[in-house]
Amino acid sequence: MMVTKEQALALYRAMQTIRQCEEGLARSYAAGLIHGACHTYVGEEAIAAGVCAHLTEDDAVFSTHRGHGHALAKGVTPRELFAELFGRATGCSRGRGGSMHLFKPEVGMMGTSGIVGPCILQATGAGYSFKLLNMPHVGVAFFGDGASNNGAFHEGINLAAIYQLPVLFVCENNQFATEVAFSYATRNTDVWKRSKSYGIPGVCVDGNDALAIFAAADEAVTRARGGGGPTLIECKTYRTRSHAEGMRDGGYRSLEEVEAWKGRDPLTRLAATLLDNGTVTQNELEAITQDVRATVEDAAEFAKNSPYPDGATATRFVYAEA
Amino acid sequence: MRDITFTAAAREALTECMEADPAIFVVGEGIGPRGGNFATTLGLYERFGPLRLCDTPISERGFVGMCCGAAMTGTRPVVDFMFVDFILDAIGEIFNQIAKMQYMSSGRLKMPIVLRGCIGIGSSAATHHSGSYYSIFANIPGLRVAVPATPADAKGLLKTALTCNDPVLFLEHKNLLATKGPVPEQGEDAPIPFGQARVARPGSDVTVVALALMVRKTLEAAEVLAQEGVSVEVIDPRTVSPLDFDAILQSVRKTGRLLIVDESFQPCGIGAEIAARMADAGFDELDAPIRRLNGAFTPTPYSPTLEAAVVPTPEAIAHAIRDLMAE
Repeated sequence: MMVTKEQALALYRAMQTIRQCEEGLARSYAAGLIHGACHTYVGEEAIAAGVCAHLTEDDAVFSTHRGHGHALAKGVTPRELFAELFGRATGCSRGRGGSMHLFKPEVGMMGTSGIVGPCILQATGAGYSFKLLNMPHVGVAFFGDGASNNGAFHEGINLAAIYQLPVLFVCENNQFATEVAFSYATRNTDVWKRSKSYGIPGVCVDGNDALAIFAAADEAVTRARGGGGPTLIECKTYRTRSHAEGMRDGGYRSLEEVEAWKGRDPLTRLAATLLDNGTVTQNELEAITQDVRATVEDAAEFAKNSPYPDGATATRFVYAEA
Repeated sequence: MRDITFTAAAREALTECMEADPAIFVVGEGIGPRGGNFATTLGLYERFGPLRLCDTPISERGFVGMCCGAAMTGTRPVVDFMFVDFILDAIGEIFNQIAKMQYMSSGRLKMPIVLRGCIGIGSSAATHHSGSYYSIFANIPGLRVAVPATPADAKGLLKTALTCNDPVLFLEHKNLLATKGPVPEQGEDAPIPFGQARVARPGSDVTVVALALMVRKTLEAAEVLAQEGVSVEVIDPRTVSPLDFDAILQSVRKTGRLLIVDESFQPCGIGAEIAARMADAGFDELDAPIRRLNGAFTPTPYSPTLEAAVVPTPEAIAHAIRDLMAE
């Protein structure tokens, strides 16, 4: 698919932002600045960036435990992300969530989650709202291969299918549920093929090819907004860091396999394609990289200097305030 | 005032609220053209159409989770789950998602969702159609739990549930559905706030706290006790979360004696909570130990003779009150 220069640069910027934030967060984790879990999205950046490129603030994204990339691509700022993981009052969830509960409903970021599966149901619910309210918005669920064996996958997709809801089900098949191989967990490792069972369109794309994802999401979002119902998009990909920061990363996959996938790095590939076909120049890409570097450094500094939330406020927001 | 059934009163509340708020929709099995297994939505499909009366597959986790997402994005779903036992399949969606969403989002998301349906033992429904579980729901921060005992309370509490921004479990005892009671004329009734107990019968010798069907049974017992010269005050908290403990304390200040009658299981139940709080805040008011009378700690049996043996009867309640008066 041809993208405009503006789209290409935005895509590259989004992916650079995710990559550099993740690497910054990994350093912060090692430095003891992150108090809880930190699951990075390194190697999978093309998916969040390629899908969210088609979304507005009114569209609703529901994400997973590996959700920093979705949050950033949907409009959570690096400052808000770092501050949340640092447990600060300036974080996107005001310090109540951490990595696995990133919320910014103002831009349609409806949460990352510590439970695998519910995002599929919630995105379906967003689709129901938009249909009932007659609004042209879409619900998007990002989830991993692990979630595709959870009952929520079956129930959510079936409901979205029978009500013809405007929903994208984006399966990021990175081939491991923590350290359990997908090939062990199912006899059918092609998640997209399950779409046929539900009577909805399904498509398989290279999850490390940003332009392919951009094109597939474009089609699915257009169909959803036009009343054509949900789509299942499987993106075959790989996380190149360990399941979570601070965890060992061996015994379940080989170093050679990890290195091979690093060779398919989505950022390098996008850059090469865009340079090859003359859409952008090396200087333009370098300028983005440098700009993002400054943004991420600023975000880490901002987070470090932000106050912790007041313990006296810990029981606020359990119920709606008048 | 007119006398209408519990179900009719609740249906009136739903209808009035659906007319006022186009964002309300109902999901459940057979709640469309069929009008609901318990006539909870009878006639509403014709009025509001299939998008607002949304029949579902037998997919409890699916549609509860779907309604969580809907509540997060501008609509007000009502899950009509028929029997509370059925949504145990969706307990993770309720406890982990619906209950915590406002908190996780630091109050920027609201969760206007009502989960309503039947509880309670009766009619040989056996153990997969007889659960109550309100104490379990009340244990979870973020949920509201309403357990009305009269048609008027059913209407008033459901109206509050359908206009508040918190998730509400609205639990209707199946043996109350056909009972009739006075309900104000349409347009003259007011929503009943959560956390406000009702004095179901004023008295001076002993306080009995009861919920749902147990309120009726306790009133029967109180009538018998009155003939024996014992004045029983019956307090119906109406909502388990929030719990109007002050109303109970106020009553015990007068009577000095407290019995809690609860059809549901005793361990870690609402009776234990009330007793603990009374021991803390009302110790000096008590002239006798706090007593509890609960349903048996067992799954619910089918055979009428077995079923009758696991729920408190008016006779058992009267007996428990006499025992307490003898302390």
